[in-house]
Amino acid sequence: MSALGVIGGVVQPVLIVAGSPLLVGLMRQVRARLEGRAGAGVGQPWRDLRKLLRKERIAPRGTSEVFRFAPLVLVATTLVVAVVVPFVATESALDPVADLFAVVALLALGAVALALAGLDTGTAFGGMGASREMTILALVEPTLLVAIFALSVRVGSTNLGAIVSSTLHDPARVISPVSLLAAVALIVVIVAETGRIPVDNPSTHLELTMVHEAMVLEHAGPDLALVELASAMRLSVFLGLLANLFVPWGIATEATPLALLIGVLALVVKVGVLGGLLAAGEVFVAKLRLFRVPELLAGSFLLALLAVAASFFLA
Amino acid sequence: MITKSLAPDELPGQAGSLLKRGFRLALVAGHDDGDRLRAVYLFTAAGPDRRVELHVLLDRDTPRLPSLAGLSFAAGRFEREMHDLFGIVPTDHPLPQRLVRHFRWPQGWYPMLADAGDPPEFGDLDGPYPFRTVEGPGVYEIPVGPVHAGMIGPGHFRFSVVGETILNLKARLWFIHRGLEKLFQGRTPEGGVELAERVSGDTSVGHTLAYCLAVEDAHRWSVPQDAQRIRAILLELERLYNHITDIGALCNDVAYSVLNAHSQRVRERLLRLNDTVTGHRLLRGAIHPGGARIIGLPDRHELAVIGADIAEIVELALSNTVVADRFTGTAPLGRDQAADLGTLGVVARASGLGIDARHDHPFLSAEFPRTVHTRTDGDVLSRFLVRAEEIVTSIAMISSLTDMLGGRTAATSATTGSGGCGVGIVEGWRGTIVHRVELNGDGRLGRVKIVDPSFFNWPALPLALADTIVPDFPLANKSFNLSYAGNDL
Repeated sequence: MSALGVIGGVVQPVLIVAGSPLLVGLMRQVRARLEGRAGAGVGQPWRDLRKLLRKERIAPRGTSEVFRFAPLVLVATTLVVAVVVPFVATESALDPVADLFAVVALLALGAVALALAGLDTGTAFGGMGASREMTILALVEPTLLVAIFALSVRVGSTNLGAIVSSTLHDPARVISPVSLLAAVALIVVIVAETGRIPVDNPSTHLELTMVHEAMVLEHAGPDLALVELASAMRLSVFLGLLANLFVPWGIATEATPLALLIGVLALVVKVGVLGGLLAAGEVFVAKLRLFRVPELLAGSFLLALLAVAASFFLA
Repeated sequence: MITKSLAPDELPGQAGSLLKRGFRLALVAGHDDGDRLRAVYLFTAAGPDRRVELHVLLDRDTPRLPSLAGLSFAAGRFEREMHDLFGIVPTDHPLPQRLVRHFRWPQGWYPMLADAGDPPEFGDLDGPYPFRTVEGPGVYEIPVGPVHAGMIGPGHFRFSVVGETILNLKARLWFIHRGLEKLFQGRTPEGGVELAERVSGDTSVGHTLAYCLAVEDAHRWSVPQDAQRIRAILLELERLYNHITDIGALCNDVAYSVLNAHSQRVRERLLRLNDTVTGHRLLRGAIHPGGARIIGLPDRHELAVIGADIAEIVELALSNTVVADRFTGTAPLGRDQAADLGTLGVVARASGLGIDARHDHPFLSAEFPRTVHTRTDGDVLSRFLVRAEEIVTSIAMISSLTDMLGGRTAATSATTGSGGCGVGIVEGWRGTIVHRVELNGDGRLGRVKIVDPSFFNWPALPLALADTIVPDFPLANKSFNLSYAGNDL
């Protein structure tokens, strides 16, 4: 375990926990401004979280530990990912966990925990949301694995730190067909996984169209705050992963204060820009009919598969 | 208007022959005449405007009527309403459950009878609500409401679903009976205006105008054309601000919220224009029995700008392929279904029925061309386009009516003469509104019966939703945009 890895493992989760609600706020603000609205301000998600955390803990009658622990599992798995994935520094605090398969499994574990909590409530909405979320998850996870796998082929390792370092040393790879195909596949997957338009509408109040929101409808107070925080963190984690897999420059490779500062700033700027672009793009698209979502995701899987094929043929 | 008094057993024959001759059942009202009860059936037909009333006298102790449910779907619902409010029993009714009476009101208490008294305390539930159960592998139920996440009226929707496909939907309404028709009783005709303005908040002009036309018809007043022109302008202004709200809301329901933001901006502009015309953003206070008075005529330049703005919003919505895909073919209501249920207004026109009281039962002497609708497949897209196309016609109508008025902003008829009964028919923005007024000998209101188009259109919603998927329900519901308040009086 290197010094850089340890420092990265401390700085990254702090940065992601503190910054994720701000990212969500930024995206909402970008959207509001583009639609000609004033918007609630970048700090609004944090104010919402503060309000929710002050409320009493409440759980619906008949729910079990599954319901109560799901928000904790969701936050915990996302935190582990925030610690190990190379966001600020190329080296990882827990190198074996910074593995493609481990990270994807951790993220899926959190989503499954939340879906189980939705089922645990026994309400129609919880079950409906969970069923929709699982449908989407089942289509998203393979694409996620295959897309990142395409990048790992030429490195010969599924360690995310190794993938990032190799791109750092050989910038020409970024514009290779493999990278471009994988990037497009990943972007679609991230949009679906984080419940953005056109797959899900994070700002809807229509209980029958919701996916993610329907699943967490019964969570309230601090539990809801954890779920909201974790959702924001997952968004940051995915955008950070996307940024560093394809544009890793700025990431700290040595444990000096200046390098780390640049690493932090680079991550904030990259994720902020990606979030802003995603929000701006959302203004111009509408939500797909639910049964069209698999078509979109099948398309992204095909791109990811082509990326893998290309990585063997064009290596 | 032709009025006939009948014995109960003559009713099916008479009603059947009227329906065969192209009449539609527009209104059924129960009456408490003291020593006996009376049921009034109003049939209307278009081209030329014809109205026939059948009065059926009933024994007070055993009020029974032969049911017309087999002849007309709407009649069956009117009969259930009359049963709930007056205790008039339709014999051989295929579905004799309660309709409008609240489920916690006791059996045998009929609120519209003269001796009903104050509403009783809520008691125990009067038996379980008879939802139709759908059974089979993988079928489950989703109960939604009556309290919703959005700001809408109270309605409970019970979906029977397999996977995401809706097999059966039951809309349970009637949670907010306000006793509105009873509140009218004993008021002066002028005193009824404030109630009529509040039948359904978004249809102030439609209901007030129908009410005033009914009062004027009862008095046989002839209202000057200028007053009718002012009223027609207000009616179209109401249509404009409601249609653009719906267009924005439909875009919002497919998460294309930028167009909703712009529709809201246009709506606000229209509300401010309303304020300059009547001094009230929802156009209240301008129409009164015998005439109309406004502060100023709408600015034509402003309206032209708004029209161009709306055309651009519609164009942008439909040029987005995802929006077009979400709208096209969603929740279709066939022409036959729409006709069988007796649907009205936007819903009927989107399914290809040319029902429009502005042409079928005109109160203006000037003729305006009917709106030509390019798509009448009965899906969400058709209902969206019907609204968009009506906006264009409405703006043209307002412009030419403004020209005809030449700056005059008030007109009133002589208001003398005593009572009788009268009917007012108006094409509100949702559809045909019918009011029927009976005046007492002293000129006060005896009985006012209100029929909002939503009463006819609500049963069409579950029909259109069969085989639609659950996530498309809010979109389909918004495309109908039916009134809870106008339905449950």
